[in-house]
Amino acid sequence: MALIEYRDALNQAFAEEIERDPNVFLIGEEVAEYDGAYKVTRGLWKKYGDKRLVDAPISEAGFIGMAVGASMLGLRPVIELMFWSFCTVAYDQIINNAGCVRYMSGGLINCPIVIRGPANGGTGVGATHSHTPENWLANIPGLKVVSAATAYDAKGLMKTAIRDNDPVMFMENTLLYGEKGEVPDEEYTIPLGLADIKREGSDITFIAHGRAALTSVKAAEQLAHEKGIQAEVLDLRSIRPIDEDAILRSVSKTHRVVLVDENKPFCGVSAQVATMIQEKIFDELDAPIRRVCTIDAPAIYSPEVEKLQLPTVERILEKALTIL
Amino acid sequence: MTETTAEAEVSPVDYATAPINASLTKEDKIRFLRQLYSIRNFERVALKHYNEGKMAGFLHLYIGQESVAVGTCSLLGENDHVITAYRDHGHALAVGMGMKECMAELFGKATGCSKGKGGSMHFFAPDKNYWGGHGIVAGQTPLGLGLAYAVKYKGLKGSALAFLGDGAVNQGVYYECLNLASLWDLPMIYVIENNRYSMGTSLDRSSALKNCLAERADGFGIVWDIANGEDVYEVRAKTWTAIERAHNESRPTVLEIDTYRHYGHSVADAKHKGGYRTADEIEQFKNRHDPVLLWRQRMIDEGMVTAEEADAINKETQAEANAAVKFAEESPIPTVEAINQDVYFEVDRQTEAGRTGRHFFND
Ligand SMILES: Cc1ncc(C[n+]2csc(CCOP(=O)(O)OP(=O)(O)O)c2C)c(N)n1
Repeated sequence: MALIEYRDALNQAFAEEIERDPNVFLIGEEVAEYDGAYKVTRGLWKKYGDKRLVDAPISEAGFIGMAVGASMLGLRPVIELMFWSFCTVAYDQIINNAGCVRYMSGGLINCPIVIRGPANGGTGVGATHSHTPENWLANIPGLKVVSAATAYDAKGLMKTAIRDNDPVMFMENTLLYGEKGEVPDEEYTIPLGLADIKREGSDITFIAHGRAALTSVKAAEQLAHEKGIQAEVLDLRSIRPIDEDAILRSVSKTHRVVLVDENKPFCGVSAQVATMIQEKIFDELDAPIRRVCTIDAPAIYSPEVEKLQLPTVERILEKALTIL
Repeated sequence: MTETTAEAEVSPVDYATAPINASLTKEDKIRFLRQLYSIRNFERVALKHYNEGKMAGFLHLYIGQESVAVGTCSLLGENDHVITAYRDHGHALAVGMGMKECMAELFGKATGCSKGKGGSMHFFAPDKNYWGGHGIVAGQTPLGLGLAYAVKYKGLKGSALAFLGDGAVNQGVYYECLNLASLWDLPMIYVIENNRYSMGTSLDRSSALKNCLAERADGFGIVWDIANGEDVYEVRAKTWTAIERAHNESRPTVLEIDTYRHYGHSVADAKHKGGYRTADEIEQFKNRHDPVLLWRQRMIDEGMVTAEEADAINKETQAEANAAVKFAEESPIPTVEAINQDVYFEVDRQTEAGRTGRHFFND
């Protein structure tokens, strides 16, 4: 296994899929000549040329809608949003077109696109650049929503997303692009809809996705070290489809749960998971469900304070201790 | 010399002699008449049943604009694709969809072209290169661009025709598309069906530049033209120029076609109670500028059909529409299980989880 950066794991996924399938191409602002705003597509344009790496003008609605149209004829566009926050200007194309066309046509038309790019805050770029739109999008039947926490997951999930015949919204994270992780040398894919246990434990379950899963692992290690309490960390990896079985299994084992979520709490992913647990296995709970979310306000600029707005190890432990 | 005098001296062009029209056979011309009548009668019959409360939602009638769909779609080859907005019955029938599947869709039946899941605004027939039927004003414009993009990507000689209204040209996404189409040399044809109104708002009240909408393409280095939608010959001649430009030069075109809708924006204002158009105006278009009557007369004048034969075609298409209603009425509605089918490809086709919908918050 090689130890590589998260951005390079994605890069490998693109290169492999571009080589595998002539219908795959990458499009977005600065993805080609500039190597990507976050260098995720580094070197690909040099290697694969203008046809497979397409620099688009700043026209999110135009080129995302165009990608949806192209996918109807069998192409498999992978679209980079410079920030997921900018999906708002293409919302019509994502929701009304990508999300609905299969259904409205009675299953006649498929939309095999991937929309990807950095989501979440933590980089001091202020409210308009720090959104976590997975909950906005997971609300739309027809869209799939994925969130990768590690290099391994990023590569395996991206390859699956590109091969998927539905529109997949793929959440990356600016803060994770430089994180290194083990990635196998041989080809692998990860099915959408399968959660991953990032740390085994028996006393309490932390359920998270994306960077919050890594924060949860840190919290779990501190908890074990300081109190000898073993927390299990379940990384959802995929928000929709969601791995209900894994959630119910882990909570039935530990009987206590803290949901850790970089979404806002109101109508967030954690709200959905909490409802599912209480509807399905209320009897298994030995304590109330607790949540640690991003504090419910637009992202604050002030870098030191922004770190506190996101779920922190301290906030996770504080909440966990109220139910242990 | 003033411009008006100069114009007056120019004799009107007869588009019947344009090469793409000169080669038409008698059968072709009669087929166009049949298609014009088909669309008109399909919608007349649909209107009747809509008014009887047999359909849900909106019914945006195309009556008065039939020549646009029939003229343009008559030119489509193997790699030419079509997409339009919610006023989509005319284009659907013009590309060859059957009245039965279309009527059944209006009735919300499982036998409808979209299994009763799309409705009036969302007819689809990918097998006929017909990509819908889209409900969001101008939302189809980048989808059309994507069709053109895919045609070019695959190295095919083809084009995409995307229809939009005079109201839709005021949406921002359309201008993103014009820029992209020109920048990337895409075989894209935007056909603006200028029927002078977007819902109840006249062109006068919606567009800063009122006299010509296609002209805005100048700002993107795109060739544009205006066609008189009353004349199937002219629609065909000018559309063909655009298609040839797409096929041979891979360059976009904006073609504005002047037309008029006889009914309201949708059946909700079919009786024009909103008062945004005068009765005089509507009568004038119905009596003197109706493209179906004009083509009929032209065919009689050219000796292609007799008045009796034209009447027979009218009657036959009406009978076909009535038969489509019978088919629709006798068809089953979708099952409740069908509600969460056709949402996801993998789910529908492959996984157990999909079949139960369990992984999709659907209990
Ligand atoms: C984004 C959006 N805004 C508003 C509407 C409601 N609406 C439907 S059709 C229409 C008028 C559009 O007129 P035009 O583009 O001229 O087409 P026409 O109806 O004349 O064919 C409006 C306002 C809509 N469907 N989508």
